[in-house]
Amino acid sequence: MNEQRQQIESTLHDIKSMMERSSRFISLSGWSGVAAGVCALVGAWFANREIQLFLHENYPANDLERGKYIFRHGSAALFNQLFLIAIIVLIAALISAFFFTFLRSKKTGTPLWGNTAKRLSINMAIPLIVGGLFIMQMLKLEYYVLIPPACLIFYGLALVNASKYTLGEVRYLGYGQLILGVINIWLPEYGLYFWAAGFGVLHIVYGLVMWYRYEK
Amino acid sequence: MANPIGNLNKVFESRIRLGIMSSLMVNAELSFNDLKQTLEVSDGNLATHLVNLEENGYIKVHKGFIGRKTNTTYSITKAGEKAFKEHVEALENMIKGMK
Repeated sequence: MNEQRQQIESTLHDIKSMMERSSRFISLSGWSGVAAGVCALVGAWFANREIQLFLHENYPANDLERGKYIFRHGSAALFNQLFLIAIIVLIAALISAFFFTFLRSKKTGTPLWGNTAKRLSINMAIPLIVGGLFIMQMLKLEYYVLIPPACLIFYGLALVNASKYTLGEVRYLGYGQLILGVINIWLPEYGLYFWAAGFGVLHIVYGLVMWYRYEK
Repeated sequence: MANPIGNLNKVFESRIRLGIMSSLMVNAELSFNDLKQTLEVSDGNLATHLVNLEENGYIKVHKGFIGRKTNTTYSITKAGEKAFKEHVEALENMIKGMK
């Protein structure tokens, strides 16, 4: 009787896992997260250098108050420069994330561009494209101070939305980005730090956890 | 009294057929390759089971093209959905009965 029960339970478990496997993209590699996080931190370092350079040229060296309010006092030229850095970071992060996930999909023998990958991409892309348009217009209207929290919030929403189509842990990464983004709304002068914490540190932590759980 | 084992569907005794049905329950349609990768089975093996399920009226086959390449996709039928749900329910009831 007990043996039969175990058998049925394992069948039900199989059914559930096959439903999951067929509807979620599971080749996402932890290293993709780590690589994206490293790209973001390198980008933040360059962004910080630009900001320091700008402050050095425009304000006396000891005027720390100004530095704090860089998002209010920075020039359009500075922010266009920062925007360029952000775009380069995005491209570098996407390429490296793609690379590690490609390696993993080779290893597990699943196709990179299947049914599940398509669904994941579409659901990730909707909040990201809308967010991208929103942020581009903010840049044009010079609402710089809200750009870092907007990046974090739209990205967080994209992750929460996409988590239904890939490894469930992505949802927690999304929550993390959303929390940072929301706090950042009320602490706007620390935008770059929040941005680095969300896109850099959280990605690296998430990536290492995922690697430890699934790939080690 | 109803015999719980009587509700188990013989067609779903095969793990592969059960896998095909599970996958099609949560996806509107899947291609032959999608199924092959999810279930990790050989072409011939998968094809046999798909024919069996089609003959039972549980799945529908759609033959299409992507450019010049044939693209066959599969989806579940109403009857298939019902049979699958009954099968899972029967399994669950059996566990309940054992408590």
